Amino acid sequence: MAGGTKVGGRREGRGWPLLSPAVIVLGIWSVVPLAMTLWYSTRYYNLLDPGRHFFVGLRNYDLLFSDPGSLTAIANSIILVASVLVISLIVGTALALLLNAEFPGRGAARLFAISPFFVMPPVAALIWKNLLLNPLNGLLGWMMGLFGLPVIPWFSTAPMVALIIIVSWEWIPFATLILLTALQSLDSSQIEAARMDGAGPLARLRYIILPHLGRPVAIVVMMETIFLLSIFAEILTTTSGGPGDATTTLTFLVYIRALLDFNVGGASAAGVLAIVLANIVGLFLMRSVARSLNR
Amino acid sequence: MATLELRGVRKTYGTGEVVKGVDLSIKDREFVVFVGPSGCGKSTLLRMIAGLEEISAGELLIDGVRANEIPPDERELAMVFQSYALYPHMTVAGNMGFALKMAGKPKAEIAAKVAQAARILQLEALLDRRPKMLSGGQRQRVAIGRAIVRNPKCFLFDEPLSNLDAALRVQMRTEIAKLHQELEATMVYVTHDQVEAMTMADRIVVLNGGRVEQVGAPLELYRNPASKFVAGFIGSPRMNMLEVAVAGHDGAAVRLTLPGGESLAVPARDALVKTGARVTLGLRPESLNLADDGALRGKVEVVEHLGAEMLVHVRTPQDDLLIIKAPDEARIHPNQTVGIGINPARSCLFGEDGLALILRVDALA
Ligand SMILES: Nc1ncnc2c1ncn2[C@@H]1O[C@H](COP(=O)(O)OP(=O)(O)O)[C@@H](O)[C@H]1O
Ligand SMILES: [Mg+2]
Repeated sequence: MAGGTKVGGRREGRGWPLLSPAVIVLGIWSVVPLAMTLWYSTRYYNLLDPGRHFFVGLRNYDLLFSDPGSLTAIANSIILVASVLVISLIVGTALALLLNAEFPGRGAARLFAISPFFVMPPVAALIWKNLLLNPLNGLLGWMMGLFGLPVIPWFSTAPMVALIIIVSWEWIPFATLILLTALQSLDSSQIEAARMDGAGPLARLRYIILPHLGRPVAIVVMMETIFLLSIFAEILTTTSGGPGDATTTLTFLVYIRALLDFNVGGASAAGVLAIVLANIVGLFLMRSVARSLNR
Repeated sequence: MATLELRGVRKTYGTGEVVKGVDLSIKDREFVVFVGPSGCGKSTLLRMIAGLEEISAGELLIDGVRANEIPPDERELAMVFQSYALYPHMTVAGNMGFALKMAGKPKAEIAAKVAQAARILQLEALLDRRPKMLSGGQRQRVAIGRAIVRNPKCFLFDEPLSNLDAALRVQMRTEIAKLHQELEATMVYVTHDQVEAMTMADRIVVLNGGRVEQVGAPLELYRNPASKFVAGFIGSPRMNMLEVAVAGHDGAAVRLTLPGGESLAVPARDALVKTGARVTLGLRPESLNLADDGALRGKVEVVEHLGAEMLVHVRTPQDDLLIIKAPDEARIHPNQTVGIGINPARSCLFGEDGLALILRVDALA
């Protein structure tokens, strides 16, 4: 179909002038910062030492990898992302199943279950830090006290757990929302057929409902991973990456290097590492999502 | 294998009653069809039998045992859904064997039973496919196979053919009828299509607005409808209805005055018909013929040639539309005036309440 190709080609050609502004803006938007990051990552550039500014090759990377803190940061990032993913998927599925059932006040319950999503991250983190997890006047401490349990100073003894709790709380609604809409698209006669085939509630969950949720789960994993890798405000407002580097993720490491150490070169190198990590994870996720979508 | 009995079964949703007291007894190995217009409660009735809906009042007996409280999987019934309701992420074999797997049967037994059902339904080549990769007719067969594998007491079908195209529907109709003979199973089949009901049923249950209008063999309903509703619903093209007056009685016949003023004697053994009453005369299209000296006259509006026969739509001067089934011939044209002869032997009379006035003892003769 030579004619068809020609028509198609002409069409593309005609569309280019209209498309180009958007494409160019998008290109500048993503390419320029990336290029600058790469460039700075090969230079000695410290804001406290503004006079000296020179090419150092891969020395910034060398320093980055020889610093045990970097590996901790990568590990922290992965622990945070993976834990929040698992928690938000499990709790999100449970909530979605619950909210999909018929009961009086379901509309209000749905709204409440979704509402944490609308709370800004710093606000959410502050609420958790000062009102819920605070060992002296926090709700959780008070409740544990009622049962005679020891009060835990969350942010000093189990800072990563506390952080995971906060971020999970923020992201459970997203998972719930996506999974709930997926549940609503499940053909009810499939459930009825399974009921007649002798499948109890657990078997229906295992053989009918969970397989139906395969795609939305893949989408939740992908979306949440992208956003969770760049979690920042929650860390800054609660632990500031500490105690020590217990909650310093790769994102937070970049911040420490750039704005606390004023080391632009080192921060850029860490940034490049973060980009590489995100792309590896992204590639892996895209593949698994594509596979589950093709099923 | 199984008998079903419904005693005063009712279903209420909120304030509205959808099924308004159904009494019915279904014999072993019988093929019973529930037929009625959309929304009359057929599916609800079937789903109550299946156990998917609670029975609001009344009693369901399976093999003589009260089954109201028995959960659906323990009733040993199998249902084929209109949407097929196949499990999309399981293979055909997985779909068909699911109930046995849930019952904890050994793998070898499941495989053997699935293979046997697949042979009956010619699905052997498709056992490893997923439902997505099947045509509508094949999906329907898998849904039926899933029911067969369970070896149920009774099969329940809810409009299983309505998603298929016309040709496939005719084919599946005969296949299900054949299956009924092979499996010697009790079957309850829901449809809104009276042709399906007529061709498949041992007995038809005509439902209207949540009530049973009439129960009977297809020909019995066709020849001796208990009400105007049944008369109009069963048979295609529809029965012709004429408003007539009762002129008097002639021994075993009732004399009627037709809309044009002509008189017609209808045999009626026990006529409840009072002289002077206004009644409805029901005439099947094949009880009418084209005759120049006929009792009625009218203008031809449409001629439908079917090959062996034709359907002639005639408008009478009184604005009644009559459909006549006659041997196909070319000489009839639209706008032509024709005479219509009436064969009164199979006519029906309905009172103002819509109920049949003559019980035809000869209905099946
Ligand atoms: N879950 C329900 N809640 C309320 N009304 C219902 C429900 N299911 C069915 N109905 C009503 O019951 C009537 C009969 O429905 P159904 O049995 O599905 O009819 P059909 O004869 O077409 O199969 C309809 O008027 C429908 O609106
Ligand atoms: Mg229905």
